[in-house]
Amino acid sequence: MPPNPVLSLEGENNVGSFEQVVLPHLDAAYNLARWLTGNDQDAEDMVQEAYLRAFRFFGGFRGGDARAWLLTIVRNTCYTWLQQNRRQELTTEFDEETHSPESNSSSPEALLLQQVDRQMLHQALEELPLRFREVLVLRELEGLSYKEIADVTSIPLGTVMSSLSRARHWLRQSLARGLEKEP
Amino acid sequence: MSCQNTQKLLDGYLDGELDLVRTMEIEGHLRECPVCSELHASHRALRSAIRAGAPYFKSSAGLQRRVRSAVRKIGKAEPAPRAVSWRPPWSWAGVAAALAVVVLLAWRLLPNVGRPSADELLAQDVLSSHIRSLMASHLTDVPSADQHTVKPWFNGKLDFSPPVGDFTDEGFVLVGGRLDYLADRPVAALVYQRRKHFINLFVWPVAGQPDAPERITTRQGYNVLHWTRSGMTYWVASDLSLRELQEFVRLEQNRAPPQASP
Repeated sequence: MPPNPVLSLEGENNVGSFEQVVLPHLDAAYNLARWLTGNDQDAEDMVQEAYLRAFRFFGGFRGGDARAWLLTIVRNTCYTWLQQNRRQELTTEFDEETHSPESNSSSPEALLLQQVDRQMLHQALEELPLRFREVLVLRELEGLSYKEIADVTSIPLGTVMSSLSRARHWLRQSLARGLEKEP
Repeated sequence: MSCQNTQKLLDGYLDGELDLVRTMEIEGHLRECPVCSELHASHRALRSAIRAGAPYFKSSAGLQRRVRSAVRKIGKAEPAPRAVSWRPPWSWAGVAAALAVVVLLAWRLLPNVGRPSADELLAQDVLSSHIRSLMASHLTDVPSADQHTVKPWFNGKLDFSPPVGDFTDEGFVLVGGRLDYLADRPVAALVYQRRKHFINLFVWPVAGQPDAPERITTRQGYNVLHWTRSGMTYWVASDLSLRELQEFVRLEQNRAPPQASP
């Protein structure tokens, strides 16, 4: 049986192909880690840790979308860390009460939302429960499909849409409250 | 489409994750309903706000250097993981092969010991197909309530002609047909709707299998029914109540005569 030329790569070459396939997604990895941890230092540590894990698992990578594959590892690395350092955040219960049916307020929400500035949005996103923040970042900033989001987060495909829906609802409400407080 | 359904699917619509039929239904509804249309506007405004204003954190050059050198370091220290795992000594390979034979024999000789039956596995696949069709991907390839449109659509796509019944009068409206893949082969999926519940009926021929009455399994809140008749096997999945789903099955079974042309 002739050795598979790809599978029998050793040492340097393996690093080479890993760098070629996985390193280009460093920004995506960092962006997700930064949103999950909330600060630069921890995010950088998470990314480095995730890359080392990814390198060890690289033999199991069967091709396909390297970005989604890497993001899955980044996400798991962050969650392990969050479990040790920010248990509180992981166990935040979603308050279903706030997810009431859409109110038909007199001022069109669409107009209100146009006044949202960067800082406000950044803050509102940071204050979202972790699991909501995560799906929004993956969808809106990374542009992942529902299928990819399901793969990365282990949420069943059937509930990706409702998770996103609840996340957006939450964010809209939080922004609307912020705008109302403003003079 | 109702307001409730539209609002439930609005995110999928906005994300471009709905099939064409649903997309068109929602667009139709949005044109007519000011409430949903305003909600849609607010969804879009939120999305624009996020895309324009949410920071995308870029990695620093320092991090890139750090990651690169860390990977190179373990790349040198540890032998590449693939090279090791893919070159077992031949004696090990022999042991592994022997073990594989033993496992295979046990698998063959001890039926139903701790492994799901083929039917159970298939039921899970049927259910997954059903859920997928409702969720992100698509419900139908040929949206039509007309059996004479749906049936010919499968010509050339399948090596059999699926029976397509019309049960509109009994309250099961044909929504369309779809090509699906189950039991290692392309199969016909026919989609029916009762009120707000969708039914996926999967059909494909099974040569030489005797007729079998329907068997019922319930999983994750869905009912899955399965029967074989005149050389065709049928699987039905839906969140409809069992009673109503059985009513549907009865209609399908009494549809005369079964067309099993090859």
